[in-house]
Amino acid sequence: MDFLNRVMGHKPKSAKNAKDRLQLVLINDRTDITPAVLDALQAELIEVISRHVDIDPSMVRIDVEHEGRSQRLIADIPLRSVPRRRAG
Amino acid sequence: MTTKVVTIASGKGGVGKTTAVANIAVALAQDGQKVICIDGDIGLRNLDVVMGLENRIVYDIVDVVEGRCRLRQAMIRDKRLPELFLIPAAQTRDKNAVSPSDMVRVCDELRQECDWVLIDSPAGIERGFRNTIAPADKVLIVTNPEVSAVRDADRVIGILEAEGKNDQGLIINRLNPSMVKRGDMLSVDDVLDLLAIELVGIVPEDENVIVGSNRGTPIVLDGKSRASQAFMNISQRLQGHKVPFLDLDEHDGLWSKLTKFARGGE
Repeated sequence: MDFLNRVMGHKPKSAKNAKDRLQLVLINDRTDITPAVLDALQAELIEVISRHVDIDPSMVRIDVEHEGRSQRLIADIPLRSVPRRRAG
Repeated sequence: MTTKVVTIASGKGGVGKTTAVANIAVALAQDGQKVICIDGDIGLRNLDVVMGLENRIVYDIVDVVEGRCRLRQAMIRDKRLPELFLIPAAQTRDKNAVSPSDMVRVCDELRQECDWVLIDSPAGIERGFRNTIAPADKVLIVTNPEVSAVRDADRVIGILEAEGKNDQGLIINRLNPSMVKRGDMLSVDDVLDLLAIELVGIVPEDENVIVGSNRGTPIVLDGKSRASQAFMNISQRLQGHKVPFLDLDEHDGLWSKLTKFARGGE
């Protein structure tokens, strides 16, 4: 849809804009977790986890998601695929 | 019936709290309920002019709290509806003249007198707001489908949650269906998605509201307009009746189909 709009030269609807912006602002307001806090958290998590497991730091994502009025911190940390050795 | 104390709050100013209080009060009184409104906005009183009772003020809420009059003396009877009363705010004092416990005491006394106490909260989240939520059994949050109003409503909801005031309802005021339809205004579903509390009413933008406040006649008093219907529906829902939400789109376009679908055809 966004793609179509761009091709047709339409601006995205302002209501969508408002909702997207509010979603981010409300998470900050409700939790005091600013993007800077998230960045710091991400850096430290990467450091700790890397000590034990082989991960690709560039793929790590940390986000606050909300469900109704409760928020949760979601960390998505893909493991680096280790080529498995075949027996024999 | 046990008396219910309902506070109407919003965080942001100018979203239509006072109009909502006046019209819901009139609608409840028209349904035969005895209603006492309290203007909680000390120093910036307005409920009196919106209700058209400004010329009859003798005593106010601060006089009651400071013992200069009895509660009954500060209750102005609305001559159009004998079961509707207003306790005005003081105009020459500030919010610190009243404390949350004063408000609880006054409301406990009013519980012996009526079916509903409706309190008009001031804008903001400071002392004046705290005063008005202290006695509340239920808090109605009024918002407009607009970023700053929704953000402030969310702050108010957060404070209410922290205070354990969990009986909350949302009124989305000044919705413009054609703007929603063309994607330039947050829809009811957008706002509900963001705020995630129970919906109690959707009030369309309506010029009659200003005409009514010009005259001191809340639109519900003589209204066939859609906004007055919306306020009457809110009054019904407060009384526990299931009332379908207004179909705000006369052409039954996509918007109304979508909202009906989202409401589960309610």
